[in-house]
Amino acid sequence: MNGLNGIGLVVEDRRSEPTEWGNAMPILHEIRHGLRRLNETDEPTLIDLHALPFGPGDEERLLALLGRGEVEAQIDALGPTRVWESAFPGVWLVDHRNAEDERLALHIEISRVPEILGSQSEDIADAIVRLDARIADHTGAL
Amino acid sequence: MAARKTLGESLREHGVSRRGFLKFCAATASMMALPPSMGPVIAAALEKARRPSVIWLSFQECTGCTESLTRSHSPTVEDLIFDVISLDYHHTLQVAAGAQAEAAREQAMKENHGEYLLVVDGSLPGPNMNPGYSTIAGISNYEMLKEAVAGAKAIVAVGTCAAFGGLPAAAPNPTGAVSVLDIVKDKPVINVPGCPPVPMVITGVLAQYLVFGKLPELDEYHRPKAFFGQSIHDRCYRRPFYDKGLFAESFDDEGARKGWCLYRLGCKGPSTYNACATMRWNSGTSWPVESGHPCLGCSEPKFWDAGGFYVPLSAPLGSPGSTLLAAGVTGAVVGGVAAALAKKRATTAAAEREPVTVEELEQKL
Amino acid sequence: MSDPMGFLLWVKGPGLNWALAIFALGMLVRIVEIFMLGRKTNYAEPKGGEWGPGFKTILTRSVADPGTFARAPFNVVVGWIWHIGFLITLLLFIPHIELFRGVLGIAWPGLPNPVVDAVTAITILALVATLVHRLQHPVKKRISTPEDYLVWTVTFLPLLTGYLAYHRLVNPYPLILGLHILSVNLFLVVFPFTKLTHVFTAFIARWYNGAIFGRKGVES
Repeated sequence: MNGLNGIGLVVEDRRSEPTEWGNAMPILHEIRHGLRRLNETDEPTLIDLHALPFGPGDEERLLALLGRGEVEAQIDALGPTRVWESAFPGVWLVDHRNAEDERLALHIEISRVPEILGSQSEDIADAIVRLDARIADHTGAL
Repeated sequence: MAARKTLGESLREHGVSRRGFLKFCAATASMMALPPSMGPVIAAALEKARRPSVIWLSFQECTGCTESLTRSHSPTVEDLIFDVISLDYHHTLQVAAGAQAEAAREQAMKENHGEYLLVVDGSLPGPNMNPGYSTIAGISNYEMLKEAVAGAKAIVAVGTCAAFGGLPAAAPNPTGAVSVLDIVKDKPVINVPGCPPVPMVITGVLAQYLVFGKLPELDEYHRPKAFFGQSIHDRCYRRPFYDKGLFAESFDDEGARKGWCLYRLGCKGPSTYNACATMRWNSGTSWPVESGHPCLGCSEPKFWDAGGFYVPLSAPLGSPGSTLLAAGVTGAVVGGVAAALAKKRATTAAAEREPVTVEELEQKL
Repeated sequence: MSDPMGFLLWVKGPGLNWALAIFALGMLVRIVEIFMLGRKTNYAEPKGGEWGPGFKTILTRSVADPGTFARAPFNVVVGWIWHIGFLITLLLFIPHIELFRGVLGIAWPGLPNPVVDAVTAITILALVATLVHRLQHPVKKRISTPEDYLVWTVTFLPLLTGYLAYHRLVNPYPLILGLHILSVNLFLVVFPFTKLTHVFTAFIARWYNGAIFGRKGVES
């Protein structure tokens, strides 16, 4: 047996040929409806891209269509979560990943600010307790 | 054995912030194929959930289901699931502990009697079969299952073997393998089939049970509709090609390279209900059809005996060609004999015919 | 139904095998009898050939003669429509071609799915029209027998269930696909014992007609 060198390999550059699967377009329409709703009633919309029958390249196509805007943020909780505003204000992308940088969930959040960015009430309550303790430490030390 | 603190307390002890908890709930909602707006609902439920005891029994299985589960991709989420539950017994994972593991199992079953969740993978030899076909620590599968079911709140049959009999039950089924549902009639059973099941489906079902505290909505095969309610065909990204009638004719032909429908290569997508097309495998990397291989239909009963993996869904089982031939030949022989007899009768009648004259007829009449 | 897959596998396996056996046995009995019993010997001197005119007539009789058309235009036109539609659906739908490959070992090119789908819809409507016509026509209604309605039904059911299955209008899919194959099994079992045998005998009869006329030196 020649070994691995005996196997003819053909490397295809997939990026050169984006196939039109057509699954990105309906999402764009859903986003548009969500943006309208946000504008008129201030009601947010969440779209979970996980549940959709994307073919290879569909997701890249969609993200490329949405583009990037002015804001980018990274959250460090149970692994990184990247949040960025698309080129369309009001349309945010929330990319939850675990500690091994593997994707947990990818949401499109149509809102003024994604909920996960804001400081959470429980954490604030916890912060008051810790700050009190920290202040007490310093006051005590002096 | 099962901790008495809630999941919320447990997570905070792990140093998980509220944001982290919300992220965990968002990922869980996504994994459970629920709308993302359910994240807060899950958060509220998990906050208060108590960690149930889980006993995991493995019978006639290849360990693929356990492998699939422990391979499930986000250690953060799945780890937390296993922090969420108290996995009190898993004989493969605990194999090194030997007899002590059995003692632990019995203690857990006694302490949590009526409350623990029983997870089973692998099929088991039927009650009338030789119990020696499959035993654990000298106890037959059937006896162990019966004993464990007695104190269980619900049973989750993981994998096609536990759900439907799977490979051991395929023809000729030498061990008389049966499924969990064939044995358990008086307790709720959730089937999570697949060979193996999509890992996130296993944890999703456990998570669903934890969040809602009751069994999910099940289909006619006791499978959770959240994951098994849609056919592969209806969620397949290659469906537009099927609808247009563009099929790959052989592996790696032009159609296959273009990603056309794999129906003619034996894809069982139309009759298979599972989450592979949306959840995919290996952290959402890909799944059989996307890799160019037709769906095997592995989450359906008797899929091993359903024809052939590379034979189209519309093709018949067995050998109809030879049936046609044999029946045709028989028919030809029968027809030939019947016709020959009829002809013989006609010629004999003609030969034996006695002519009558008008006078004879007039005398008779 | 609690075990749709079990139903599908039975209907596609033993069910279909039995149906094919009865179909093949029945049809071969009939056809062999027809050929072996043959015709009475014609002692007149032949004035022309038999085989040529026989085969020619198989084709030419496909077109209705003007008298028939004038008397029953509906039957001729709608009959053509649904027969051709039925054959297209049966023989040029790719999943069916795979079925034939599994049974006979041969395959041929097919038509795109949406085309077959449209043809099936037209065929179903035409077939329903024939039933309505039969029920409303004063003469046809009176001369119709239970066999006529049975044959209509076993021909209609595969078309209907096939359409429902293709469009996945009944859940779960294994159930409706199983019903479709079951209806085909029924069609096959009923076939040799009813006028459905015309699928084969019509052409045999046309040959005989052409042969008889040809022998007499008459154009048929």
